[in-house]
Amino acid sequence: MPKPVKVTTPSDCEVEVVRTFDAPAQLIWDCHTRPELVSRWLLGPDGWGMPHCVIDLSVGGRYRYVWRHLTNGRAFGSYGRYREVVAPHHLVFTEEMDGLDGRPMDIDNPVEGPNPSVNTMDLTEVGGRTTLRLNMRFPSSAIRDMALKSGMTDGMGVSFDRLEAVIADVTA
Amino acid sequence: MPPSSSLDATFAALADPTRRAILARLVTGEASVSELAEPFAMSQPAISKHLKVLERAGLISRSHDAQRRPARIEAKPLQEASMWIERYRELWEAAYGRLDSLLADLQAQRPDPKED
Repeated sequence: MPKPVKVTTPSDCEVEVVRTFDAPAQLIWDCHTRPELVSRWLLGPDGWGMPHCVIDLSVGGRYRYVWRHLTNGRAFGSYGRYREVVAPHHLVFTEEMDGLDGRPMDIDNPVEGPNPSVNTMDLTEVGGRTTLRLNMRFPSSAIRDMALKSGMTDGMGVSFDRLEAVIADVTA
Repeated sequence: MPPSSSLDATFAALADPTRRAILARLVTGEASVSELAEPFAMSQPAISKHLKVLERAGLISRSHDAQRRPARIEAKPLQEASMWIERYRELWEAAYGRLDSLLADLQAQRPDPKED
């Protein structure tokens, strides 16, 4: 049984996701900040991979994720900069998406807008278990709602077909 | 109204704690402005303002025939909004399920001596 994920909307521009893991904070931190680990779990539904994952984990440093469908070639990405890096507990980073509108993506130098979303991840470890709190503050309620609705598009991930197979593969 | 903009209105209306409390009160049955003003220690115009936002979002309806115009809750937009959040939640559940597996894998590879 998967552990419950709590999703709330603290204000009309925010979404907050809370989840507890049976692992120390450092390991969860690594899984969010080391590219070879990020690309193993932060994926869309079956059929999507993350062929491009670059992270410069420093204040002002950039990250760049690109997801690509393994057969139909469709791609989208997210990118931003780190604003606060306090390992292994506190990470603040901006986030913007591209590729969803079908326009060509500049993978190495994505255009940074003046008003990105600002995400804050906090990890609190108690007795070997860690609670992850991810607060996402969007520039407007319309953009926030678009992000919420992304659960229905096949961009980030909706159809979790054969998810069990993916998990089995990762653990094999 | 197209579904997307009515959903935006739903979320905007739900963002305010007083309006959420008013909805919680209306779940137990319809109420007039004065009946709502009392427990919330708010003026009737303030309550009316909140009711207008809720009404525009389709979260409540108010009868037009009676003088006290009681407000009653409308279930459909609430269900729609909670559906979006539920799908979004499932998205994270899937990703974090994969993260669970990866964490277990990493811990098996590199057991922490402090854990023993």
